[in-house]
Amino acid sequence: MPTQNLEEQLRPAAGEKLVFDTNPVLSERLTHYCPGCHHGIAHRLVGETLHELGVASRTILVASVGCATFTYDYFSVDGLEAPHGRACAVATGVRRARPEAVVFTYQGDGDMAAIGMAESLHAANRGEKITSIFINNTVYGMTGGQMAPTTLLGQKTTTTRDGRCMEREGGPIHLAEIMAGLDGVAFAARCALDSVQHVREAKKAMRTAFEVQIEGLGYGFLELLSGCPTNWHMDPVAASKRIAEAMIPVFPLGVFKNKRTEQSSQSGKVHHA
Amino acid sequence: MSRIVFLEERCKGCGLCVAACPVHILRPSGRFNRHGYELMEMAGTCTGCASCAIMCPDVAIRVFRSVKPRENAA
Repeated sequence: MPTQNLEEQLRPAAGEKLVFDTNPVLSERLTHYCPGCHHGIAHRLVGETLHELGVASRTILVASVGCATFTYDYFSVDGLEAPHGRACAVATGVRRARPEAVVFTYQGDGDMAAIGMAESLHAANRGEKITSIFINNTVYGMTGGQMAPTTLLGQKTTTTRDGRCMEREGGPIHLAEIMAGLDGVAFAARCALDSVQHVREAKKAMRTAFEVQIEGLGYGFLELLSGCPTNWHMDPVAASKRIAEAMIPVFPLGVFKNKRTEQSSQSGKVHHA
Repeated sequence: MSRIVFLEERCKGCGLCVAACPVHILRPSGRFNRHGYELMEMAGTCTGCASCAIMCPDVAIRVFRSVKPRENAA
């Protein structure tokens, strides 16, 4: 379709309503992610959540290392870069120095669950008022498909040529459940990005993960099961299928901890909107 | 009639929208954008459910839903 018509097409005609649009928190820039990579969906959810909560102007993003390194290019919020797993440690400092800010980290499984495990767990355990979005795609994406802590048993990667083996490399780390066991964590959930329904659920969980921070209840954690078609050597549709068939049985979806509902059920009264 | 608009220069041709469409009206078009990615096209009646846009990793789809005509059905 000729591009000169695009503007015309984007104008709602009489009797039409624009029901899906981008949001102002997402930058217009095209992402560098591979075709079919679920990072894009996760980015959109973060953007929509910040926009809906109306906190984008006081949000500070701490980017990580991995495919998500350039995250700060894709959001119209302030951001800084904390390489090699230190995002939660840096976010701790940011949040303590700027208590009015909404601070979140966006990290992959190599970053958060391997090299940055110590920083992440201790920040969570201290109950830092930050939110972490954890992208679990069972593989190191940017560096070329090596085994991640979350790699499934039997999964072939460039460093587990015969498939991950329990005796040699251990099993996949269930970070959402680990986080839920820490006292400082206010919200810990795992969602998936493989289908429309799961994306809708992820959006809801993401909102709560930010709300617990804003309300000062503690650390918000959201794990998102996402696809990496490139390093799984699959087409994007098959990658989504793999999430449903291979990942979700190992990484069950759900909310593992939610201090908001605990609080309201304890007091037996209304909890804030 | 509801409709979708592809921002074709944003599309990476991943096809997740095609798989997500509950009424199966999206398909690869055989046309390519500047980056060399194959574009998708719509053939059929769109319900305006926005499933394709929800699954699009590149925010390349806008969805227009027809609202029920009240007094002036034109």
